[in-house]
Amino acid sequence: MNSEVKYLSELKRGQNGVIDSFTDYELSLKLLEMGCIPGEKIEVIRIAPLGDPIAISITGYMLSLRKEEAATVRVRIG
Amino acid sequence: MARKLKIALVGNPNSGKSSVFNGLTGLNQKVANFPGVTVDKKMGFATLSDNEGNQIQAEYIDLPGTYSLYPKSPEEKLPFQILCDPSNESHPDLTIVVADGTNLKRNLFLCSQVIDLKIPVILVINMMDLVRYKKIEIDFHRLSLRLGIPVIPMNARTHEGVKELKKAIVQPLHVPDNDFIDVRVFSPVVVDTIRNVVHVNSNYNAFLVANNLDLITAFEIHQWKRDKIQAACKDHFFDSQQMQARETLERYKIITGIMNDCVVTPNTPIQKSISYKIDSLLTHRVWGYFIFLAILFVIFQAIFSWASYPMDLIDSSFQMLSSFIRNNLPKGLINDLIVGGVLAGLNGIVVFVPQIALLFFFIAILEDTGYMARVSFIMDRLLRKFGLNGKSLIPLISSVACAVPAIMSTRTIQNWKERLITIMVTPLMSCSARLPVYTLLIALIIPKDYVYGVNLQGLVLMMLYLIGFVAAVGVAWVMKHFIKTRERSFFVMELPMYRVPRWSSIGLHIVEKVKIFLFDAGKVIITISIILWVLSSFGPSGTFDKIEQKYSSVEYTRILPQEEIERKIQTEKLESSYAGLLGHVIEPIIKPLGFDWKIGIALITSFAAREVFVGTMSTIYSVGDTNSSKHTLKEKMQSEVNPITGGPRYTFAVGLALMLFYAFAMQCMSTVATVYKETKRIRYPLIQIFYMSGMAYLASLIAYQIFKP
Repeated sequence: MNSEVKYLSELKRGQNGVIDSFTDYELSLKLLEMGCIPGEKIEVIRIAPLGDPIAISITGYMLSLRKEEAATVRVRIG
Repeated sequence: MARKLKIALVGNPNSGKSSVFNGLTGLNQKVANFPGVTVDKKMGFATLSDNEGNQIQAEYIDLPGTYSLYPKSPEEKLPFQILCDPSNESHPDLTIVVADGTNLKRNLFLCSQVIDLKIPVILVINMMDLVRYKKIEIDFHRLSLRLGIPVIPMNARTHEGVKELKKAIVQPLHVPDNDFIDVRVFSPVVVDTIRNVVHVNSNYNAFLVANNLDLITAFEIHQWKRDKIQAACKDHFFDSQQMQARETLERYKIITGIMNDCVVTPNTPIQKSISYKIDSLLTHRVWGYFIFLAILFVIFQAIFSWASYPMDLIDSSFQMLSSFIRNNLPKGLINDLIVGGVLAGLNGIVVFVPQIALLFFFIAILEDTGYMARVSFIMDRLLRKFGLNGKSLIPLISSVACAVPAIMSTRTIQNWKERLITIMVTPLMSCSARLPVYTLLIALIIPKDYVYGVNLQGLVLMMLYLIGFVAAVGVAWVMKHFIKTRERSFFVMELPMYRVPRWSSIGLHIVEKVKIFLFDAGKVIITISIILWVLSSFGPSGTFDKIEQKYSSVEYTRILPQEEIERKIQTEKLESSYAGLLGHVIEPIIKPLGFDWKIGIALITSFAAREVFVGTMSTIYSVGDTNSSKHTLKEKMQSEVNPITGGPRYTFAVGLALMLFYAFAMQCMSTVATVYKETKRIRYPLIQIFYMSGMAYLASLIAYQIFKP
């Protein structure tokens, strides 16, 4: 199985994967409690007109976060 | 003897918690203050009867929405403090967790935390209409067994489930038997130490205390106990962040198991949902902004022109009441105080109600439908440079009509720093009260010419509005660098599904906002109103009588009509009143701006409200209070001679300086009162008065010194 780990901020609209890990401890706590648990499926639904923030789907709802925040989330694709 | 029951409502934001709250309490709500916090204490009351027919007086408290008991914002501290401190006066006997049924996994996280606190809990699964629409199947009975607490399905909008909830509330209180997770194993000594020194009901409660040591200052425990806890944490290398992460992962493991057991969710992609399709339009790179601007325009129109009809009605009603009282009460001090002080003050307060009601009507619709989150989504990139939020645009645009409802509407901004900056700069937007001042001064110093086909007077007016906007954004940028917050702020924000607005909730919401304004801001406004009235109606002893005597002598009564004598009396009275004396006192300070003591008086009286400037000037220049007087006032001002230069008093430089002064200065007690109310600290309105006065002074100084003849 060919899987790659990318940062959430690098994903394009429509791309999906599974949460792998976080690079910012404090921010990760916020994301964790919102349901962004390692192993959960995550998909980029939309990117704001000016390129930032982005909207993702996680455990059945939509969450928006800034690119700089998304850059702390590592996602396994493929 | 009815028994009392304290019930707290908690839940995620967007879970329909306030609908449940409204369903349980109806109109029996009131808003109070939490000491030392900017969040309002939202309470409601109801009488219930239990199985034996006894009465229960239920007191409900609606806590701010939160995703977890770990506070990540100032508002979220409240659920933690109230639920985790048994000695807190608002600590409930029973907690109702309101969950969004379409988002159960995330909602169960908070629920599991509350369960582990070992206080009686009921879980309400709300939004059942959406659950059915999405074809999600929930086995409530099984869920209730796994959680160990009653589970009530509900659609608060249609009152489905409210009866069952009330029945569950009156059952004997029962603490959940099982813990979700055993946190004691994470750090046994610390948990035990805490349980030994502080009275808490559960290991989890102790664990939460250890994780939030800085917040337990509110808990009434002695310093030696605090020291003991801190020592234990240090000795056992208690790393709060690690503990939180561990706990969160454990909880979700169990919650995932429960979800797999009790809930079946069809795998429909989000892209098929109506919300997604609506978003494609509302967050479109062209249409999204267009629609947003259109909405802003509608809101602006509403508070600028639609509100003027009821506002005029209110003004004329108060005029009638004033005349009635003035004529029917015995003449004298009390009469003047009531008419000029109290009634004028009340008029000034009630007149805001239509604008507040309309603004909140629109905002409530935007919030309730879920659109507000999209505003932040599309505007964030632009506005974050200035420390503002996308939602800051609504107060900023509304402030062009009036800053008072605009500042109240900053509640929609969750981030405290962004909200504070918005509140502090909003009054710089040129409001409708400045318009009479601008109109008078522009007519005075700007010729009625056309430059390249553009009306010069109109152009200057537009520039004044633009200056306000630029100043607001500029000051925001500066403040962004100065205001330090201890907490790190995250943008991370849920985008809820679009929903039809709940009209009854909106109605209740508007009534609540209007009530808060009338009673809280109202108190401050009336006080200042009376003080200013006293200043301009009284002078040092004897002076007023001398004036009356002077004008009753034959020299005057023979030549001048009674009306004109009355006006001259008013003018001299104002000049020798305390306000007039103050005008003389501040003259040296305002001389570098090109102002004299007469303008000084007007500046003092306009502290109450900017438009008072025109009325005061009319009195100073002995102009009557009719519509034709606008011309006369302008003419009188134009012919006023500057004793020092021998030329006109109101030169271009003076007029410009005055306009800039009114553009920047804080001259609205209603705004000050509202800022105080919204920030709950006296320092913010004071800082605002200070920085805005400073800006006004500097701008006028520079303008006058550059352009003076």
